[in-house]
Amino acid sequence: MSQATDTDVREDGIIESVSGPVVTARDLDARMNDVVYVGSEGLMGEVIEIEGNITTIQVYEETSGVSPGEPVEGTGSPLSVDLGPGMLDAIYDGVQRPLDVLEEKMGSAFLDRGVDAPGIDLEKTWEFTPEVEEGDAVEAGDIVGTVPETPSIDHKVMVPPDSEGGEVVAIESGNFNVEETVVELDSGEEIQMHQEWPVRQQRPTVEKETPTEPLISGQRVLDGLFPIAKGGTAAIPGPFGSGKTVTQHQLAKWADADIVVYVGCGERGNEMTEVIEDFPELEDPTTGNALMDRTCLIANTSNMPVAARESCVYTGITIAEYFRDMGYDVALMADSTSRWAEAMREISSRLEEMPGEEGYPAYLSARLSEFYERAGYFENINGTEGSVSVIGAVSPPGGDFSEPVTQNTLRIVKTFWALDADLAERRHFPSINWNESYSLYRDQLDPWFEDNVRADWPETRQWAIDTLDEEAELQEIVQLVGKDALPEDQQLTLEIARYLREAWLQQNAFHDVDTFCEPEKTYRIMDAAKTYNDAAFEALDAGVPVEEITDIDAAPRLNRIGVQEDWNEYIDDLEDEIESQLRELY
Amino acid sequence: MKEYQTITEISGPLVFVETDEPVGYDDIVEIELSDGETRRGQVLESASDYVAIQVFEGTEGIDRDASVRFLGETMKMPVTEDLLGRVMDGTGQPIDGGPEIVPDERRDIVGEAINPFSREYPEEFIQTGVSAIDGMNTLVRGQKLPIFSASGLPHNDLALQIARQATVPEEEEEGDDDEGSEFAVIFGAMGITAEEANEFMDDFERTGALERSVVFMNLADDPAVERTITPRLALTTAEYLAFEKDYHVLVILTDMTNYCEALREIGAAREEVPGRRGYPGYMYTDLAQLYERAGRIEGREGSVTQLPILTMPGDDDTHPIPDLTGYITEGQIYIDRDLNSQGIQPPINVLPSLSRLMDDGIGEGLTRADHADVKDQIFAAYAEGEDLRDLVNIVGREALSELDNKYLDFADRFEEEFVDQGTDTARSIDETLELGWDLLSMLPKDALNRIDEDLIEEHYREDETAEAVEAEA
Ligand SMILES: Nc1ncnc2c1ncn2[C@@H]1O[C@H](COP(=O)(O)OP(=O)(O)OP(=O)(O)O)[C@@H](O)[C@H]1O
Ligand SMILES: [Mg+2]
Repeated sequence: MSQATDTDVREDGIIESVSGPVVTARDLDARMNDVVYVGSEGLMGEVIEIEGNITTIQVYEETSGVSPGEPVEGTGSPLSVDLGPGMLDAIYDGVQRPLDVLEEKMGSAFLDRGVDAPGIDLEKTWEFTPEVEEGDAVEAGDIVGTVPETPSIDHKVMVPPDSEGGEVVAIESGNFNVEETVVELDSGEEIQMHQEWPVRQQRPTVEKETPTEPLISGQRVLDGLFPIAKGGTAAIPGPFGSGKTVTQHQLAKWADADIVVYVGCGERGNEMTEVIEDFPELEDPTTGNALMDRTCLIANTSNMPVAARESCVYTGITIAEYFRDMGYDVALMADSTSRWAEAMREISSRLEEMPGEEGYPAYLSARLSEFYERAGYFENINGTEGSVSVIGAVSPPGGDFSEPVTQNTLRIVKTFWALDADLAERRHFPSINWNESYSLYRDQLDPWFEDNVRADWPETRQWAIDTLDEEAELQEIVQLVGKDALPEDQQLTLEIARYLREAWLQQNAFHDVDTFCEPEKTYRIMDAAKTYNDAAFEALDAGVPVEEITDIDAAPRLNRIGVQEDWNEYIDDLEDEIESQLRELY
Repeated sequence: MKEYQTITEISGPLVFVETDEPVGYDDIVEIELSDGETRRGQVLESASDYVAIQVFEGTEGIDRDASVRFLGETMKMPVTEDLLGRVMDGTGQPIDGGPEIVPDERRDIVGEAINPFSREYPEEFIQTGVSAIDGMNTLVRGQKLPIFSASGLPHNDLALQIARQATVPEEEEEGDDDEGSEFAVIFGAMGITAEEANEFMDDFERTGALERSVVFMNLADDPAVERTITPRLALTTAEYLAFEKDYHVLVILTDMTNYCEALREIGAAREEVPGRRGYPGYMYTDLAQLYERAGRIEGREGSVTQLPILTMPGDDDTHPIPDLTGYITEGQIYIDRDLNSQGIQPPINVLPSLSRLMDDGIGEGLTRADHADVKDQIFAAYAEGEDLRDLVNIVGREALSELDNKYLDFADRFEEEFVDQGTDTARSIDETLELGWDLLSMLPKDALNRIDEDLIEEHYREDETAEAVEAEA
């Protein structure tokens, strides 16, 4: 949370009532969304309603023991984040308090209250290298220098978006802390590495562009069938235990984004711990550095205060936008947006607002679209291009996708990865249902796959889709009469489709090799299944009985491609082997 | 401490009192009835001129003359190592006639959230001796793994079996003699019948487990509102023993369904806008504040492992109680009615069951190198066999291929040999995995596509298939 600059303390108010995270105060001089400090312990809160003399506040900390009559102090500024070097490799709560600093300040493994800390270290010095010279004219958003923030990322120091700009009169390279002035303009404005930005307000851009590049996830079913674009939006709905978090973690690990902002919103503590423990050990597939070097974590777990859960997605996306402004491709994962929606519902019901569908406030859909609208591929105000991709998990009650959060999300996002309890139960992972899921980016991304992977990527994929569709239809018949009652060609199609599912769609996130699959490998596995398909149908046409075709011992090896490190060779051999074994049959 | 005789309204478990001095939110309240009886409650809402109080023991018999005292502090649990071996009621008052408890500390029962940064990822395998758990849905120290059951099913037997048999194999090898003393069980009962309570108590006494247990009993005829504090007392005690006194604590909470019913009752009395099926909209958050009080903390020896039990109304796992639980816990174990009626003991259905912490808790050096692959393959084969059961009812076994018939046999033998082991057998992880290989060897080698080829070479029983072929011939 932004605390770096001293804000003028406004007049105090007095607590009128306390009900869970919602507190009302009398005589408080504050504006909507201002940050206030509540009670004698100074608990952080935000103004969410003003009615006459009564101000309603959502409190980001536990309110046990707080009583009417205690003071409330306004800060005069809205809930903001601290932006500057030091956000990568950090872990924050929902209002950007660094959890490692809190541990130290509180001297305990448990989260006490009434302790605040700035989002970035104000004392630490960074090596600043100027990118402009004295006499240069700079405008809002312009990059004036860089700081090697982590081995992976150069932090671009920018003129704040609300600056008037001007001519550089002083700039110096050297080591500075984030509050020291690194650039002076002729207007008298001094620029530091530290900025603040209110979380509920989108950072300005020039325009949103049509995304044309995929965010490669290294997950076959996603890249192969339902790709998301850099700057795109995706939702992963699914019942408990179906694989939302594992998918989000996989994206955080392997997606070819420059920066990853991972928001654990109202989920498990251990899932965040897992990231904290794993990511420093894992290698970023693009840079070879530790994954943590490009990652910013926000952890407001299910047992942490519900109001801070409401704000954590905004904290996350504001940080993402800031890195976008530097020209980076940022991917933000929010797990789970349902918990965010529930936090809105909880606060709304304490405010006794008129409930909409299933008790959610009427503004649920507006808030969701505002949030996803902040994703996109943008031309930034400094002329660079950057993107924010947003991938939100959705946790529908009872796994029923007809509920409000899923439905409102699906109206906005362009990629839908539907998780399926049935697939999860039979341990088909990732349990993304290939019949229900879709990506509206598919066509606009095809040229990229044609140019960068294989020219016939779209056709081969279409073959795979057709085969899987046909399987779905045939399965219905098989359920009634058994497989043996089908004509031979259909039996063969079922067998091919089975390999597509097992060798291509399934991917083990916990296998060292299989966990990440480059697009070329994704293509080649799919193509190997097609090679088998084509040769098998030739054999069938030549009169070979289907059992003999499906019985060749090379075929099951298709299922082992995923775990091969030398997959190129392995596939070359396997395709030859399949073709020659089939040739021998006629 | 000011005393008020200004009750304005009594409604369900709630009492509203006019006040002229500020009262802290969540603070504890004592209400003295005209006949001298005292009840306890908690502030649910505090305004400058009135407060709403939830009365733990119920409002029956309270009238407007009752006097109300605000104790100026939130609910505390007196904790000490001496609690081990003690039995208390659902509000933490001893009911075993033992000596007065001299607390080491008094701790707030709401508990503070563990800083995610301070947690240590749980990955220490707990051998429960139950194959369906150890082999297929492994439990680790610091995990929260609920049992999803339904009325009339033997979930208590399973919980007791786990409490009895749970060991951490490594420590045994080291010959750590003190190990026994480091293990503690906290039992929190909410609204269970006296009969069920006896079942637990008898078992604890029979096995000598009581000495290292702390029991909190809220029975079916005890006040419902009290159920909202019982698990918090239990977990506060657990955290103290684990993180101050280095115990490995196993917390059994039963029945979470009764806990949720109590929440619903309070919500209804407050005329809140209800969420799904009448349960409060904040039930997810409320449950999370219980279930997340499990885990490990960096630099501390002990751990809190939770085994909550819940009975699914109408055997329906989309009901809000199991649904929200599943969204918070790290997996779940399903007790299955069909398996139970087939006499399978424990009747665990492994397919919908899940342990999310399993992946990091198994493998070479932890359990065995082949564990993950064996588990994956068994899941795949059993799911296949299960599917075929529907089909075979329609078309008959003859219409199925040889391989399909093997899958059917596999599914049967898996239930009868692997899952069914009785409540008194403890199997080592080796025994469990070897049994797994016995079963998998019914299938042809190239059907074992989830298992590494080297592992197949090492473990596959060549003769099993031969036997199966002979048997068929
Ligand atoms: N790609 C995968 N590879 C291997 N295992 C997987 C994969 N995806 C999911 N799983 C398995 O499924 C389990 C549950 O997945 P996950 O925790 O992601 O579910 P979830 O949808 O996030 O559930 P919840 O809503 O309760 O958080 C994992 O612990 C893991 O065992
Ligand atoms: Mg999850």
